[in-house]
Amino acid sequence: MHITKDLVAASATPLVLGILADGESYGYAILKQVDELSGGQLEWTDGLLYPLLHRLERVGHVEATWATPPGGRRRKYYRLTDQGRAELAEQRRQWAAVVDALRGVWTTTQSIRPIAAPVWEAGR
Amino acid sequence: MTLASDNELEIQIAEWRAYMRRRRELHQADTEELEDHLRTRITELTEAGLRADEAFLIAVKRMGSLDELSREFAREHSERLWKQLVLPGEPNAAAARSRRELVAMMLCAAVAAIAIKVPSLFGLDLSGDNSGFYARNLSLFALPALAAYFLWQRRAGRRVIGVLTLLFVVGAIGANAYPLAGDSQSVVLTAIHLPLALWLVVGVAYAGGEWRSGRRRMDFIRFSGEWLIYFVLIALGGGALSAITINTFLAIGLDAEGFVQSWLVPCGAMAAVVVSAWLVEAKQSVVENMAPVLTRVFTPLFAAALLAFLVAMIWTNNGVDVERDALILFDLLLVIVLGLLLYAISARDPAARPGLFDRLQLALVVTALIIDVFVLLAITGRITEWGFSPNKTAALGENIILLANLAWSAWLFLRFVRGRIPFARLENWQTRYVIVYAAWAWTVVLAFPPVFGFA
Repeated sequence: MHITKDLVAASATPLVLGILADGESYGYAILKQVDELSGGQLEWTDGLLYPLLHRLERVGHVEATWATPPGGRRRKYYRLTDQGRAELAEQRRQWAAVVDALRGVWTTTQSIRPIAAPVWEAGR
Repeated sequence: MTLASDNELEIQIAEWRAYMRRRRELHQADTEELEDHLRTRITELTEAGLRADEAFLIAVKRMGSLDELSREFAREHSERLWKQLVLPGEPNAAAARSRRELVAMMLCAAVAAIAIKVPSLFGLDLSGDNSGFYARNLSLFALPALAAYFLWQRRAGRRVIGVLTLLFVVGAIGANAYPLAGDSQSVVLTAIHLPLALWLVVGVAYAGGEWRSGRRRMDFIRFSGEWLIYFVLIALGGGALSAITINTFLAIGLDAEGFVQSWLVPCGAMAAVVVSAWLVEAKQSVVENMAPVLTRVFTPLFAAALLAFLVAMIWTNNGVDVERDALILFDLLLVIVLGLLLYAISARDPAARPGLFDRLQLALVVTALIIDVFVLLAITGRITEWGFSPNKTAALGENIILLANLAWSAWLFLRFVRGRIPFARLENWQTRYVIVYAAWAWTVVLAFPPVFGFA
């Protein structure tokens, strides 16, 4: 299944904020986690995660620090701020509303039942 | 992994790094961050059994195309290359584009230069009798041409073009439809405020219609500062040219003064409006951004001067002498402080931590605020005596608008210096406030004359 660009873009911020809510992390690890969480369905271009992280840093949702883990390379770590936590809660509320609405549509609408036989065929 | 393949991999990564470095929108820290990502990906792939060169290719591919990456970085960090809003293309295409831009710029400059001579055809020549007409309409000659240049360059949509045309027409009507006497205060107010209102209309064209975007607005603020500097430089050159022309012709017994005054200066000034804008856009990489440099130099000096003034005022217990022009003087002071603040903000790396310069900036703003409160107190006590004339109302309104901006800026600045909020909030406040200036300028142009009985 291919998830469209718009959906990927829309879900990027809450995903990153949510992953950082579990504790500090860095770009590559965040991508790996997105990959695992979505079972490989959400395809991000690796590089494009970074401009997003920088935007979140600029508006103050995350803080960044450079650190060198023992025996490792210098690496930029990102951590959620209080403001970022509030933003995450807000995003969760919004997404919950969207998901609820969609669920309502899936259950009430007859016309988009998956693989329903066309009426004229059913009549034969 | 063998030593040889390891070595080869290092060479490939070094080449990749050099390639990234050539992009101005990527800073060293970003390249390092991306390189760390690349190396982690390569390690993982080689551990899964791929050869080093294969792993490198896949890792680079997954990073995404460099153009796309640069574009995203440019969008996020527009302060790094705000002048190149047209994003990366082929070098040849860039050359062709800049040639086309040069032609379009010259066309627009020519239109601006001719426009100011058009009223002469209808008997309104550039002499003392018509100074009122030219004062009111000065901005209507060059700014439409400038807006047209940006609309062309940004390939703006029809709706944007339509709305901007409408705004210019409204401006023209506001400047000319009211029955104002040549020496009335409203003429002066229109002459000051219409250019401001229309300059912000040019801003919409500059942003290619994306005027709601805070980043584009900040880009336009940066542009305005650089434009002013180029314009002043051109004006200095133009002044020298005029003086030399007049005097050399005088030396051979010919009088060139008429030509200089009615052709060279007005047409040159109008064309310079467009040329300066083009220079800012095209030649940005040649010259270091000037406005932030001047800001750095003058912020400490202004802070010291204002502090000295405040101390002297309190020490000697001399109240501010509330003369007619005091309000305007202090309006100018606030404008300068605001300018210093804006250009410090526009050039600042939003992610940097608060430093000494930020504290200095805060001190400057707070000092200016305190001084202005004294002035306002002194003036409100007496404004009832004078009554409200257009001039005083405009000066007072401006003072209050600037005061409100600076007071809230100071509050945000204080919280930023203490590490409570990110710098972006301050930037946001300034870019959002632009709309207030636009509203005020249009109010003065359109509503003041009827409200004050065309005084």
